[in-house]
Amino acid sequence: MSQLLTGVPASPGIAIAKAYRLEAEESIPQQRKVDDPAAEKQRLRSAVDAAKADIDRIRETTLERLGPQKAEIFEAHLFLLDDPDLIDTTLDQIESEGVNAEYALHEVASSIIEALQSMDNEMLRERAADVKDITGRVISKLEGREHSALSELSAETILIAKDLTPSDTAQLNLEFVRGFVTEIGSRTSHSAIMARSLELAAVVGTGADASGIRTGDMIILDATAGQVIVNPSDEQLREYSVRKAEYEEYKTRMRSYVDRPSVTADGVQVELASNIGGIDDLEKVLANGADGIGLFRTEFLYMGRSSFPSEEEQYSVYKHVLEKMNGKRVVIRTLDIGGDKELPYLQLPKEMNPFLGQRAIRLCLDKEDLFRTQLRALLRASMHGKLAIMFPMIAVLGELREAKRILAEERAKLEQEGTKVSDTLEVGIMIEIPAAAIAADVLAKEVDFFSIGTNDLIQYTMAADRMNESVAYLYQPHHPSILRLVQLVIQAANRHGKWAGMCGEMAGDSAAIPLLLGLGLYEFSMSASSVLPARELISRLSREEWAGLAEQAIGMSTQQEVLDFVNQQLRSEA
Amino acid sequence: MVSQTFTVIHPQGFHARPSKLFVEKANTFPCKVTLFKGEKKANGKSSLGLLTLGIAAGDEIRLEADGEQEEQALQELGQMLTKIYEE
Repeated sequence: MSQLLTGVPASPGIAIAKAYRLEAEESIPQQRKVDDPAAEKQRLRSAVDAAKADIDRIRETTLERLGPQKAEIFEAHLFLLDDPDLIDTTLDQIESEGVNAEYALHEVASSIIEALQSMDNEMLRERAADVKDITGRVISKLEGREHSALSELSAETILIAKDLTPSDTAQLNLEFVRGFVTEIGSRTSHSAIMARSLELAAVVGTGADASGIRTGDMIILDATAGQVIVNPSDEQLREYSVRKAEYEEYKTRMRSYVDRPSVTADGVQVELASNIGGIDDLEKVLANGADGIGLFRTEFLYMGRSSFPSEEEQYSVYKHVLEKMNGKRVVIRTLDIGGDKELPYLQLPKEMNPFLGQRAIRLCLDKEDLFRTQLRALLRASMHGKLAIMFPMIAVLGELREAKRILAEERAKLEQEGTKVSDTLEVGIMIEIPAAAIAADVLAKEVDFFSIGTNDLIQYTMAADRMNESVAYLYQPHHPSILRLVQLVIQAANRHGKWAGMCGEMAGDSAAIPLLLGLGLYEFSMSASSVLPARELISRLSREEWAGLAEQAIGMSTQQEVLDFVNQQLRSEA
Repeated sequence: MVSQTFTVIHPQGFHARPSKLFVEKANTFPCKVTLFKGEKKANGKSSLGLLTLGIAAGDEIRLEADGEQEEQALQELGQMLTKIYEE
């Protein structure tokens, strides 16, 4: 009987092979009294040195195989073996209590591990695994055992373990290991990060369910869906062999689009950008070859803390992102707080209707100090790349003018102080309120760009809360009413020689991209993982042809009609 | 003895890499280096000590340097607390 387990998809891929169970060696050292603490301390030092020599070897192999960034974890391990809180404390304990080195080290390490595991931060809990890894190695040396024999695997396998340490993962023999499954761990575990850079399929955090898997069990590992099938049926094996081949073909094809320009079949250049919510997302944006950042949500700077971020703090974050994007455009949205996003230290009064209340630019124009601090940080950062500032939730021209007046004042102040501000800095607005979409031709004269925020635009146009399941059916991005509004905005921008972009979920939707392209959208900002599929899709589309097709779609009566029409067109082109 | 409070801005907080760089720098000074976060304190020359403080972005950390070159240590290590690192 086959059995299905689910876990976190830590590194995508599909693998089919026999299981190899890696048993954790977790013996707790016995306490012994020693007569000669000085000799015992020397024994610890020698074991630490031997462990360091091992780790250094792993570090060198990793450096060759995966490059300096991945090898860094082992430098950190070497460094931990010099840590006074670990080593000096252990030496002190051997001296003061006259106990054996294994026992003392285990005691000291356990209390550090416990402290790290009790943290409410996942990254820190992961560090507990590092301490366990290195002390396990030293204890093995003290006991005269070999640490682990992962490199000795010699047939195609999927590794099953409670957890994999970074050194386990780095030593995997890629000739034979096709993937791994662990009971604990998360997407940010070191083993998960390593798996992604080794492009090895991995599902982590399955819980104790995986403890029943034995060496020799047949396994289908579908790490695209986070599923593990133990002892599959012949039918499942056939099905997944096909899926595996398809997935690998798709991956190879997508990867070939990383460095290609975003150009349509009829030679129109567009911009495929990414949305980010923090600095952590940058790596994925760069790996997927995005043409820029179309929406940088700055709320993370303000949330989860007890006071406002300073100008300096914000400046270094903006500068960092601009520099990382190396001349590609970065659209930074000014603070969009209020609505469902609250800041405890701002102490805003409760509103009856927060989504229709004082949020985003409305709040910023009221709390001017808060706004000015952010604008100054942005203006200063503008010298480090291609910055575009975007104001959210503009409903009427007056708000835009007021925001621009404040921006101009801060700019003048900075320049008086002798601080340089970029001349090519762009200023635009998010179009997410129907009033702004309808008056887009008026607004277009006073901005450099529009970015259509479809998530809010749809909910305000349909007067339906997206989160309310009983009205969720009204969330219809492809509805002709929405398409008409989008068309108004794009036409207004294009008529005034400004560019129009979109940063809602719709921009990465393969059934919306052809229509948006046909309507004349220039910039599409989406999650990083959608960029390559979008680039591939765009390369097959003719803008001229879709201009006509989009015009037809706009004249339709329902979303379903539009969707059927688009899908049919795409199928006939494929 | 000198001390000053700094706000950490590195978005991922002080983990493996920043704490390693911090400790390496701390070890270049002869003075004693101690970090305080609320009630908790840690040896600034131990990266494990730093990690167990669980320093997150936005945390206020009091840095104390005591002994030879304490002024310079406070200034240079303070800078390390308030910068963004490549991860």
